[in-house]
Amino acid sequence: MSLELAVAAALFVGVIAYAVLGGADFGSGFFDLTAGSARRGAELRTLVDHSIGPVWEANHVWLIYVLVIWWTGFPESFAAAMSTLVLPLLLALLGIVLRGASFAFRKYAATLAQARLFGVVFATSSIITPFFLGTVAGGIASGRVPLEGTGDRWDSWLNPTSLFGGLIAVGTCAFLAGTFLVADARRSGNESLADDIRTRALGVGAVTGALVFAALLPIERDAPTLADGLEGRAAPLVLLAGVAGLATMVLLWRRRYAVSRLAAVVAVAAVVSGWGVGQYPWLLVDEVTIADAAGATATLQGLLVAVGLAVVVVVPPLVYLLRLTQSEEWTHHS
Amino acid sequence: MLAPDVVTVALTDLADLLAVSASGDAEPAGLMPARQQMALSLGWHIILACFGVAFPAMIFAMHVIGIRRKDDTALELAKRWSKVSAVLFAIGAVSGTVLSFEMGVLWPGLMGTYGDVLGLPFAFEGLAFFLEAIFLGIYLYGWGRMPPRRHVLMVLPMAVTGIIGAYCVLAVNAWMNAPVGFDIVDGEVANVEPWAVLFNQQSFLQFAHMWLGAYMVAGFCVAGVYAVGLLRGRRDRHHRLGFLVPFVFASVAAVAQPFMGHVLGAGLDERQPAKLAAFELAETTESPSPLRIGGLLVDGEVKWAIDIPRLGSLLAMNSPDEPVPGLDTIPEEDHPPVNLTHLAFQTMVGIGSLLMLAVVVFWIARRRGRDLLENRWFLRFAAVAGPLAVIALEAGWIATEVGRQPWIVYGVMRTPEAVGDYTASLWWLLGITSVVYTAMTIGAVVVLRSMARRWREGATDLPSPYAPAAHADAGAEEAVR
Repeated sequence: MSLELAVAAALFVGVIAYAVLGGADFGSGFFDLTAGSARRGAELRTLVDHSIGPVWEANHVWLIYVLVIWWTGFPESFAAAMSTLVLPLLLALLGIVLRGASFAFRKYAATLAQARLFGVVFATSSIITPFFLGTVAGGIASGRVPLEGTGDRWDSWLNPTSLFGGLIAVGTCAFLAGTFLVADARRSGNESLADDIRTRALGVGAVTGALVFAALLPIERDAPTLADGLEGRAAPLVLLAGVAGLATMVLLWRRRYAVSRLAAVVAVAAVVSGWGVGQYPWLLVDEVTIADAAGATATLQGLLVAVGLAVVVVVPPLVYLLRLTQSEEWTHHS
Repeated sequence: MLAPDVVTVALTDLADLLAVSASGDAEPAGLMPARQQMALSLGWHIILACFGVAFPAMIFAMHVIGIRRKDDTALELAKRWSKVSAVLFAIGAVSGTVLSFEMGVLWPGLMGTYGDVLGLPFAFEGLAFFLEAIFLGIYLYGWGRMPPRRHVLMVLPMAVTGIIGAYCVLAVNAWMNAPVGFDIVDGEVANVEPWAVLFNQQSFLQFAHMWLGAYMVAGFCVAGVYAVGLLRGRRDRHHRLGFLVPFVFASVAAVAQPFMGHVLGAGLDERQPAKLAAFELAETTESPSPLRIGGLLVDGEVKWAIDIPRLGSLLAMNSPDEPVPGLDTIPEEDHPPVNLTHLAFQTMVGIGSLLMLAVVVFWIARRRGRDLLENRWFLRFAAVAGPLAVIALEAGWIATEVGRQPWIVYGVMRTPEAVGDYTASLWWLLGITSVVYTAMTIGAVVVLRSMARRWREGATDLPSPYAPAAHADAGAEEAVR
């Protein structure tokens, strides 16, 4: 594997991790928003708070990781994408800011009125953020980001590929969150809450699955390069996404929550990888390849050192944190 | 009448600053809104970054005191501080993300050209931030769920990663002020040495200065909260300990800071003569240079300054008679906004000196058996020391950043070359950002004050009020804190 490809792979691992881990955090906003009145939704909102509280900041760092590797490893393409896709990026950023701040504020809100206000902001921004990030992916994948100059600042994200990308992002986030929350609800011994989440997760899964495969049609016309990749090199991943998605649904249906969560992760990772492999070897589709976009060799080597260090020093504590959140003490202790 | 003159000059200065294309030159329409946008978002984030860097060490110290001495007051303080830090770190994390986006959105010329030169320190900063976020989660939710001796160790990595993260960010900033690690060959960036950027000489000094600044901001702010409590007659051990621990950190930093600043400034006449001339308000080269306190540059003349002979040469050049090179030795197009740089620099130095003096007085009095915590005037001063430290921090940051202008990478790339292709509509972004940041500030203040109020009323856990009271009681057992 060439140096630039190794860095691109490290970058894309970050995209997948953010889509899965960060995505599940964002998706919980969907369940929070649709939990009903303050009284009816209290249990679910407490569960959301409990589930994502310890991990959302760590999961959020994957986004920073992606941005930093991108601008360090492939600087010109980063500048190009940021310039052209400035509008959806700023809207996503607004969502990120409002989500993080209002989530922290809600946790320590003094009154129900305050908690409601912060809660609505938290939940709404959790839904819109993945949408705009999805449109960014669509803009890149459909070849609308020129390397030189600035592309159309509206058409680059208001197009079929981007809109489907946005909707799929919202759907996959909510689907993942559903499978995570339902498992958390069971672990805390609340089967009726788990049933409630299960029903909605099944609904979200059906809609999202339909969206993912329906999107292949407009992509065929709107993003031919990506479509070629999806039908060729990435076809096994598309298939895997379908199988894992169906498996998740079946497992959810049969209330096998712990396993269904794993299947959902595989499904979503497959969808995201499908996009990445589908547009390979392009970094900005039809504009610049990974090899041509790469920055200085010494910097790429340095980045791999940083990534290697991250594997050694970040992964163990991350695993420790995730294990703690799944442990008995952290689930029941008040 | 002096005052109206000053106001007029300041307004003219501001108007000059804001006049985007009035002068008729080809300054991009997006430049000024982009600069103000960066100034607002960075100026806001830098305060929280200080807490991210310095607060974990204070929490660790307090927590260790609690465990070692079996001191419930200290444990309670550490626990409350960890909850406060959860709120501060959340808005710090998101406002830091804003900066990551803005690097590309506002300054594509910088990132596209020099991304692979300046990027590596950011990669290590991201790594440090990762660890900080992970251990924040473990520490915050670990109360009562882990063996205490292991739990307290979970805050230590945060203290260390805060240092590493700050160092990396400062390495990039130092690089912008004194670029190294690349050559320009035929107009292209070549021979990139990212490690030279990460470990550049200036970054160690800049980092040390910022690090001490962070401890001053966080230390004085936290101590100030308890100073207010003491002023209101809550003279218990809780308030004394809550004051003293952060105050010790702030004291060490405040005493070391002036020396550190002096060391950092050495050689500035070689590195960035225009910045030094602006700091010192040296319009012409005078030998020996005076220390010019206050004053403004109006139509090329220094007005309303108090000159102390010779001191300028002594402080800036470490010499009794070597002059500070004047602005007249530097081409006009390379001048930074002089008045803003000068006033910001002197504000920082003035407040820094005052804070150093105050902590020295406090500790000398304490050694002599006099407790200034009994003195209302000292407590009043301690209450405003936090905001003063914040002003000094912002002023120092303005001095170094505005003093670097018109360069974004000193001597290599001018700021107008780096800015994105925007029209004046970019001002809308600044307007929206101002609204969002104001709302976020209000939200944080409301929530933090309400936490303090409930703690005073005797609440230990702060259950989330997700439902009307009756239901909340029933769910309280389940609610995690």
